[in-house]
Amino acid sequence: MDKRALGPGVVEFTVAAPLIARKARAGQFVVVRAHERGERIPLTLADWDSERGTITLVVQEVGKSTRELGEEFAVGDAIRDVAGPLGTPSEIMAYGTVVCVGGGVGIAPIYPIARALHDAGNEVIAIAGARTKELLFWLDRLGQVSDQLIVTTDDGSFGRRGLVTEPLREILASRKVDHVWAIGPAIMMKFCTQVCRELGVPITVSLNSIMIDGTGMCGGCRVEVEGQARFACVDGPEFPGDLVNWDLLLARLGTFKDEERCALERYLAAKEVAR
Amino acid sequence: MIRPTQVPMREQDPKARIHNFDEVPLGYTPDEALEEAARCLQCKNAPCVKGCPVNVDIPKFIREIREGDFRGAIATIKETNNLPAICGRVCPQETQCQAPCTLGRRFEPVAIGRLERFVADWEYANGVGVPRVGDPTGFRVAVIGSGPAGLTCAADLRRLGHAVTVFEALHEPGGVLMYGIPEFRLPKRIVGAEIEGLHRMGVEIQVNVVVGRTLTIDELLADGYAAAFVGTGAGLPKFLGVAGENLIGIYSANEFLTRVNLMRAYLFPEYDTPVKIGRTVAVVGGGNVAMDAARTALRLGAERVMILYRRTEAEMPARAEEVHHAKEEGIEFHTLVNPVRFLGENGRVVGVECIRMELGEPDESGRRRPVPVAGSNFVLPVDTAVIAIGNDPHPLIPRTTPGLQVAREGTIVADEDGCTSREDVFAGGDIVTGAATVISAMGAGKRAAHAIHRYLATGRSGRKPGPPIAVA
Repeated sequence: MDKRALGPGVVEFTVAAPLIARKARAGQFVVVRAHERGERIPLTLADWDSERGTITLVVQEVGKSTRELGEEFAVGDAIRDVAGPLGTPSEIMAYGTVVCVGGGVGIAPIYPIARALHDAGNEVIAIAGARTKELLFWLDRLGQVSDQLIVTTDDGSFGRRGLVTEPLREILASRKVDHVWAIGPAIMMKFCTQVCRELGVPITVSLNSIMIDGTGMCGGCRVEVEGQARFACVDGPEFPGDLVNWDLLLARLGTFKDEERCALERYLAAKEVAR
Repeated sequence: MIRPTQVPMREQDPKARIHNFDEVPLGYTPDEALEEAARCLQCKNAPCVKGCPVNVDIPKFIREIREGDFRGAIATIKETNNLPAICGRVCPQETQCQAPCTLGRRFEPVAIGRLERFVADWEYANGVGVPRVGDPTGFRVAVIGSGPAGLTCAADLRRLGHAVTVFEALHEPGGVLMYGIPEFRLPKRIVGAEIEGLHRMGVEIQVNVVVGRTLTIDELLADGYAAAFVGTGAGLPKFLGVAGENLIGIYSANEFLTRVNLMRAYLFPEYDTPVKIGRTVAVVGGGNVAMDAARTALRLGAERVMILYRRTEAEMPARAEEVHHAKEEGIEFHTLVNPVRFLGENGRVVGVECIRMELGEPDESGRRRPVPVAGSNFVLPVDTAVIAIGNDPHPLIPRTTPGLQVAREGTIVADEDGCTSREDVFAGGDIVTGAATVISAMGAGKRAAHAIHRYLATGRSGRKPGPPIAVA
């Protein structure tokens, strides 16, 4: 197991999980539980090595559970539970030209999808975006599996200043693109979907709804796709973006925001005391 | 002179217990058990045994209790039932072993379940013996799913001398016993102790293995397992399919109970998984799961908890004891009522619109079909709802096992012995029958274990046993 910081609050873990590494395909995820009292956290696979028997996960520290993973786990520590690979893999085929958009920590899971699309003979245009330069990572890797790489930052500290939707719109308006893939914050995927709808290009998104088991058992991750309730864990996590009820998804993501704040404050207070 | 009524079991006071997750019925003392055991008529034809899905020798174990031989009584039960502490608590004895009890024709039947629980608990308090394991057969068998069917199948296969590995998708074994049934009805330490018993017999349990994703059945069979038993249960929650059902504050019973039971959300923030409960909760459904969800909601601090059920109490599939407990605790029962849509404000549920029902002609289940009464719609203000209208079979294994015949409802097609359309693959429990009871799943696991044994021992499988397998 290996661990390295990719930026402030963004950590890359390499975890020994031979059975998962052997089966993993682009677009799938794992569920990890850090310790005996921990939550089950769904994380989309960022990479895997079937020969070494390892999987790579990139974690953004947002709440208590992800901060704990980033702050309390060092090389040599074992994550208590890792289950997977879960979810339906990405539908990889020869589309022609594909734009792959990764926003923030979504740069990690878009990488294996871009690679698979590239290997399948597609022309791949990658767009990687983040708030600021320090939060960008894996640009070299993404560059290796794409024919063109465009980088944006909200503050203009690296690459082009602005949001990922701007270059996306320009590309779709200026040339023939057959498919778009977008992974990132729900709000980013929603806006990417709007651009694609306007310009008539199909888009696949990877939904990060709240889930517990990740195997189809709880229904907590249900999303509305074409007016039907679908489970992100087994029917997804990828869905056609233009069929997703984004407002419902965004609302449901906030279900436990009070509890999440409470858990984080308690964790930080305990750390303060320990110090 | 026979005592006409069952010796009552002491219970936690309803006023106190709605504030804790401790077990509600407290069990018999030895004196109470002796008094209840004395009621048994020791019928020669033993109708009770035929009422038990795993045919426990009930008159014998009750006789042993009478003689004060509690060790002998638990041994008798364990000859056919590996999970007596669980069955004594959650079996619907009133429709199984106790239904045909001869005493029950004039008086209350013998409280067989309470006596079973008594000797199982006595054994825990006084040291659990490890069941004898047969000579190694040289065969390795995979058991998929660690709920009641899988645990029973694994224990019986191991007793017959096979090397057994159980694969569980979640991080703790036990299946519905762990994630579904609440602590106050089935304490998790009891499930843990039963699983510990399997470990001591040499059954290997691998958690976090999602068969169908992490491994497939074909890979297991190619990888040294001579046969596989599928006991993956009915884990896919059903929803009503009405408008507003995805509003915040509406859970499937599976999600609600899994958060609380498996993830211990009732101890949040000591445990990291939260659960949000409002003041007014509607639980839709009339089964044991609905009762569990309603009583759990109350214990999490809800002020008003309502059961909404579309038929009458007479048709409720929940055990009478659970309905009784729920009522004692102050759960409101709204029968002949069906939700037609949920109302929301700012994405959160604030009410449920219902329609009144009346009973029409009997349907294929033999129960009278509920029919909506036109124009009878009304709104109940609620801020939380739990949908407990049943579960469908889990589709992962049917989808990922080529050649496995599946019925229209998604259940795996298997005969009485658990034989499926695929060589070397057996199945039993809810994945075959659709959602049913713990004990019927155990019965299926047991029958399949013996069928697998015959299949391997007679050479019908075409596989040759390997050298004896060392088991830790």
